[in-house]
Amino acid sequence: MSVDSHPSPTGEIVLSLRGISKNFGAVSALTDIDLDVHAGEVVALVGDNGAGKSTLVKILSGVHQASSGSITFQGKPVTLPDPKSALSLGIATVFQDLALCENLDVVANIFLGKELNPMRLDEVSMEVRAWTLLSELSARIPNVREAVASLSGGQRQTVAIARSLLLDPKLILLDEPTAALGVAQTAEVLDLIERVRDRGLGVVMISHNMEDVRAVADRIVVLRLGRNNGIFYPDASNAELVSAITGASNNSVSRRAGRRSTQSQAGTSL
Amino acid sequence: MSDETKTKGPLLDRSDSRVAHTTTFGGAVKAFFDRVRSGDLGSLPVVVGLLVIWTVFTSFNPIFLSSSNLVNMLFDSSTVGVISLGIVCVLMVGEIDLSVGSVSGFASAMLGVLWVNHGWPVWLAILAAVAVGAVFGAVYALLFNRLGMPSFVSTLSGLLAVLGMQLYALNHTGSINLPYGSWVVDFGQTMIMPKIVSYGLALLPGLIMLWAGYSSIKRRSAANLSAPSLTGLLFKAGLITVMIEAIVFYLNQSRGIPWMFGLFAGLVIAMNYAFTRTKWGRSMTAVGGNREAARRSGINVRMIYTSAFVLCSMFASFGGVLAAARLASSSEQAGTGDVNLNAIAAAVIGGTSLFGGRGSSYSALLGIIVIQSISNGLTLLDLSSALRYMITGGVLAVAVIVDSLARKSRVSHGRA
Repeated sequence: MSVDSHPSPTGEIVLSLRGISKNFGAVSALTDIDLDVHAGEVVALVGDNGAGKSTLVKILSGVHQASSGSITFQGKPVTLPDPKSALSLGIATVFQDLALCENLDVVANIFLGKELNPMRLDEVSMEVRAWTLLSELSARIPNVREAVASLSGGQRQTVAIARSLLLDPKLILLDEPTAALGVAQTAEVLDLIERVRDRGLGVVMISHNMEDVRAVADRIVVLRLGRNNGIFYPDASNAELVSAITGASNNSVSRRAGRRSTQSQAGTSL
Repeated sequence: MSDETKTKGPLLDRSDSRVAHTTTFGGAVKAFFDRVRSGDLGSLPVVVGLLVIWTVFTSFNPIFLSSSNLVNMLFDSSTVGVISLGIVCVLMVGEIDLSVGSVSGFASAMLGVLWVNHGWPVWLAILAAVAVGAVFGAVYALLFNRLGMPSFVSTLSGLLAVLGMQLYALNHTGSINLPYGSWVVDFGQTMIMPKIVSYGLALLPGLIMLWAGYSSIKRRSAANLSAPSLTGLLFKAGLITVMIEAIVFYLNQSRGIPWMFGLFAGLVIAMNYAFTRTKWGRSMTAVGGNREAARRSGINVRMIYTSAFVLCSMFASFGGVLAAARLASSSEQAGTGDVNLNAIAAAVIGGTSLFGGRGSSYSALLGIIVIQSISNGLTLLDLSSALRYMITGGVLAVAVIVDSLARKSRVSHGRA
């Protein structure tokens, strides 16, 4: 990926947040958040625990409602009172805990709640559509008639992403898509995210893993204590990111790094 | 690969070379054994169990397998079987209804009171009984959805409350005899299909299978998906038809197939369609498997729970009406004793999981035949009801153990 320059994203702005705040009682989880997501762009949302990432995603998926601020989606101001309205606008969410039914097969999971022909399920059309979706993502699912219980973590993530694509969304939100995955599976999911972006969708991805973020994100938006704390590009150094996330250059991560480097210097001098 | 793939390109679902696909007969047999080993038992335990039970009872008393005894058994199975069909609905979403016995008893009391004592038309009395059943189910659903009351507790209190209502309704009269000669009692006791009708109906499953299978094959190959072979389908449909016709032939040697059993079988088939081929059935399975996932997929989870509880209580009421017809009376004993447990045991023995998300309406049919075989066989052996309870309890325990072990094995083999 070329990161030498920071080309301003060319796609139109899909989503634009201005001054979003969210209070849970006396606690303000989000304060004055601004965020823009373009079509064909992966925006990584990073921050420490409690920074407000998940709250922001929940507001965008309609699970929570913002206390104040405006949401503009595809140039039109919108409100997101419930998950259904977010879905019908074209905002799809892949939750951290995936939300798949292990006892159903892949096709049934992809079409869950949106089955074709409710009184006499159209299994053939659903299966064809499932294969088309999965092959568009170059997904490696051996058999769509196998129960999801028999799939690996990466394959399940694939099914969850394929499902979110079923309704042709404009924006897809991924909450920790690689958190529970092994090395190879993480790579597969990152490939998948790039393919989704190449289809022209806006992608917002929450992650704690700086390596994954840098590998796939076009922009990195840092939240800290519920506020915007800078926008970075994948070529930003780890120290820059960490200090933006933790809010200081003197933090436990940098102290630890410093300690290790002095130790290794001591080791070589012996 | 065959020539066909050269012309049409690889099939959509066969392009991945990492998956073993069974195409031959031997492969199908091997796949079956693999499935069973990993804990996906299906209705295998119940078929094996049935063979064992029948062998044992026949060796003690050859009358057991006689045609007339089996016809009797079909009459008896139908009433509790219908109740058990409702249990399958609630077990599907991972809940339970312990009050089906009481609800069925109350329905039979309503039939007696409204029809015989108050002179309502019989169809209206039946309708009223089933409607009241629906109300009970709606109350359970309300308690479950709005107040978060576990179905185990709400239906347990319902068991007592509805039993009380049954006793109250019959308070003045004790038991009410339903008039002999009415079509309701005839239906419960004597109405038998004409032989020609029974042979004709026995053809239906095979024909439906053939028709559904053939149209599926056509559509799948048109959509460039792999399709099962036509010979296999013909073989299966033929086998099913021959088996059912043989059973019908044997039963026709004495009285024949009761209409009541025909009704029960029809309900089983209708529910099987609803479970497997409709969006509602898919949602039921999803809610039973992972409630939160179902909710996030936009399924109205509360509505699904409500439909399950209401259907269960309606089937229980209808079963109670059939039981009253079978006994030609509405008594204070109706629906008490082992009715509750038999209905639940039948569903579980038939292979519907207590843990939700797995089951089939056929489990009610298969399970009730097992339960009824045991009870009938023990009666023929002249064993006391004390022993009958113990043995039925033991069989239920074994069925639940098989269910739990199979579930563990499925988890470790990565099957749902």
